[in-house]
Amino acid sequence: MDREQLIETMQEILGPEGVIHKHEELRTYECDGLMNYRVIPDLVVLPESAEQVQQIVKTCYDEGIPFVARGSGTGLSGGALPIESGVLIVLTRLRRILEVDIPNGRVVVEPGVINVWVSQEVADEGYYYAPDPASQIVSSIGGNLAENSGGVHCLKYGFTTNHVMGAEVVLPDGSVVHIGGGKAPDAPGYELLGAFVGSEGTLGIATKITLRILRQPEDVRTLLAAFKDTEEAGGAVSGIIGGGIVPAAIEMMDALTIEAVEKQISPGFPEAGAILIVELDGPEAEVEHQFEHVIRVCEENDASEIRVAEDDEERALFWKGRKAAFGAMGSISNDYYVQDGVVPRTELGAVLKKIADLSEEYGLRVANVFHAGDGNLHPLVLYDNDAPGEAEKAEELAGEIVFACLEHGGSLTGEHGIGRDKMKYMPQMFTTDDMDVMQLLRCAFDPHRICNPGKIFPTPRLCGERPGPFHMHPVQKAGLAENF
Amino acid sequence: MQTQNIPTEELQGIVGEEHVREAAAEDAVDGVEPSFVVEPGTVEETSEVTKLATREGLAVSPRGGGTKMGLGNPPREVDIILSTARMDGIIEHVPGDQIVRVQTGLRLRDLQENLAESDQMLGVDPPEEGATVGGIVAANSSGPRRLRYGTVRDLIIGIKVVLADGTVAKAGGKVVKNVAGYDLSKLFTGSLGTLGVIAEANFRLHPIRETARTVFVEVDDHEKIADVVQELTHSSLSQFVLDALEMRWEGGRGVIAALFEGIEPAVEAQSSAATEVLRSHGEMSVLGEDDGKAFWEHFARRPWEAGDVGLKIGAPPSELTAVLASVLGAAERTGARVSLSGHAGTGVTFAGLSGGEAGLVEVVEEVREIRLPRGGSVVVQEAPLTVKERLDVWGTGGDYLGLTRRVKEKFDPGYTMNPGRFLGGI
Repeated sequence: MDREQLIETMQEILGPEGVIHKHEELRTYECDGLMNYRVIPDLVVLPESAEQVQQIVKTCYDEGIPFVARGSGTGLSGGALPIESGVLIVLTRLRRILEVDIPNGRVVVEPGVINVWVSQEVADEGYYYAPDPASQIVSSIGGNLAENSGGVHCLKYGFTTNHVMGAEVVLPDGSVVHIGGGKAPDAPGYELLGAFVGSEGTLGIATKITLRILRQPEDVRTLLAAFKDTEEAGGAVSGIIGGGIVPAAIEMMDALTIEAVEKQISPGFPEAGAILIVELDGPEAEVEHQFEHVIRVCEENDASEIRVAEDDEERALFWKGRKAAFGAMGSISNDYYVQDGVVPRTELGAVLKKIADLSEEYGLRVANVFHAGDGNLHPLVLYDNDAPGEAEKAEELAGEIVFACLEHGGSLTGEHGIGRDKMKYMPQMFTTDDMDVMQLLRCAFDPHRICNPGKIFPTPRLCGERPGPFHMHPVQKAGLAENF
Repeated sequence: MQTQNIPTEELQGIVGEEHVREAAAEDAVDGVEPSFVVEPGTVEETSEVTKLATREGLAVSPRGGGTKMGLGNPPREVDIILSTARMDGIIEHVPGDQIVRVQTGLRLRDLQENLAESDQMLGVDPPEEGATVGGIVAANSSGPRRLRYGTVRDLIIGIKVVLADGTVAKAGGKVVKNVAGYDLSKLFTGSLGTLGVIAEANFRLHPIRETARTVFVEVDDHEKIADVVQELTHSSLSQFVLDALEMRWEGGRGVIAALFEGIEPAVEAQSSAATEVLRSHGEMSVLGEDDGKAFWEHFARRPWEAGDVGLKIGAPPSELTAVLASVLGAAERTGARVSLSGHAGTGVTFAGLSGGEAGLVEVVEEVREIRLPRGGSVVVQEAPLTVKERLDVWGTGGDYLGLTRRVKEKFDPGYTMNPGRFLGGI
């Protein structure tokens, strides 16, 4: 099937307005939230129903055309980076909330539904959807599922994977399966849903997703504490968690981040070497008791100032400052590179010191803002794209930071995913055997490697099950995979 | 038994002579007698054993504490029981990070005792006495506290597995937040040894809570159980944070119990509010921490004995009344005796049936006929061989069965691991 025929077939499925094929219009989709990788896809399709997704995928399968699924395009690892000779399936038109089931605490949505819509939909009933990535006002549930998104409250409430209870999935051969029990627990068979969530769009496309919703907590209290440096703030984090408290959120920002945020949106944060935002939620009596403990620990760690949010408005201001941190870097630097790494909480101090050393060595500023409770760092490497060689230097420094995370027993990524961006680092964390075994799963779902190929694994494998004489697979021909 | 085909000396060479023994009658798995019980001491030895088994075409059944060897369809064959008994150590426990890495032959009880010294715990509490961590992961068994902490799949953060061909691979890590690579820890959870041997597992931990209060209410009508459950989980009067919400129905009498754990003032406030809600439903009692512990030990056990038929029914929590009615109705028609229990807050119901095997098969079939069209599952977790011969313990599975089989055939193409025990004859 040549390109013209493919366009025609897709138009038959979707109507003319559902297919984008003009070069200048395709450029809109050349990257996701990670803009240093850009590829213009062959074709963009905009299905409006699960049936259309199925027909699109079936066509791709029959024709051996690779495809990539994309939600809102906010991903930060290039997971939705298109393929030049492939189809980009954009799911933003599948945006219906299909069912709200309060007695079972479930909401069923289409993948294009925006994260925050779910909480809005059930707020009046006293419920909410817990995972809250900073991108939640624009990122889609389908994208959250693909990336296993976290957020500031996942220390206590878990990640997307703990809140997705079922999914209708179009497999790469165009067939449809329902995995996870949905409203019923403990479906017999393998835990396919657990493997699917966080697979970065490489195992299929979710077209219907059953989410768990939670009761809004009875009480929420938030404080902001200023410290001399990240070490003292880190001491407070250890003291809080060591005291048996699981805070709803515990976030840290360093001096550079505070400076940027102040310049950008002026939330009136105190001048400090580090700021902690600590939020507790739950039954009133528990929150009250534990909040006192948190204040005491902050004082013991020489907090120079402790502000308790007096009302929802002040709480929202604290969080606005935190959630604006990435974007605010633009106010102190032309360009910045967002890193995402994880270290065991007890190694935070050592890794922050290493980052400071690296920053000095490379002559580039690094701002630190992170989920301190679970050791998920987001160092922001500041650089100037116009200065020759600086972008490369920034990327190298960012790489050194994740290596430091690994050296201290951590992970390459806590919530942004491997995608296209961190493929090259995978062998630092996993052996060839580890990755080959992971790819056995890939082979079960997508034996012909047409579903978001060229992501996660630096050495993709074909599944070695084509009968008859050897023909080079299109994905292999394009240099995106080699044979198992 | 065809011991002559098994290279005994080679097995002994791998794990040491004293760690290979001829299987005895009690090692049989659903009537299928293995030849040897092999106890490797390391991941490397485990790998050598599975590699040898694959080479020789021998079937391997992994075994931990042996508390759930009755789970699954009768195996097509078992040549070697691979016991994890010697791999029972804690590899690393970092209280400050609230994580632990263990060898899977470790018994949960021993792990919990060790963690308790740091005021921490693994948030799983299945009732089987003597169960190992590996067995709990492989069977995905759960207890009352799953309402708060989720099941094993929500707590496992890393895994090391040995495949049938001897490949050793890990996934995940020792940090709670981690999205690098596929989450094979979850894939292996509940895989019942059919994808490979789970050799090591890493978990996130939780602090042990200061105190506990149990509130329970007795009812004489099974339809009232669902009302109480819905009221406690969705009450507009008070927002309960429950650690467990369980039910039992035996001899025409039901009990619904709620567990609150935390600091004293919170537990006191929540349990008082709960008694207000429950007061109108029946006779009510409140237990402190020590009495509560004894209560739950009894209350959380499965409602069946060896030789009975034990069902696990998964359904939306709001359909609890219909689930109970389907079992009670079928049992009444066939004259079977029935006891029920369940994780009412999460929609898992257990039914223990006894009296006349032919009738019991009929009960299972009838419950499936009523329940399965509504989604969910009816799994036979315990049954005499004569019953297992007449039905598939897992039921038919959903439209994901083909995919399930493809996964199996990628990880274990020769069907070396626990053949025949799992869904769809896997």
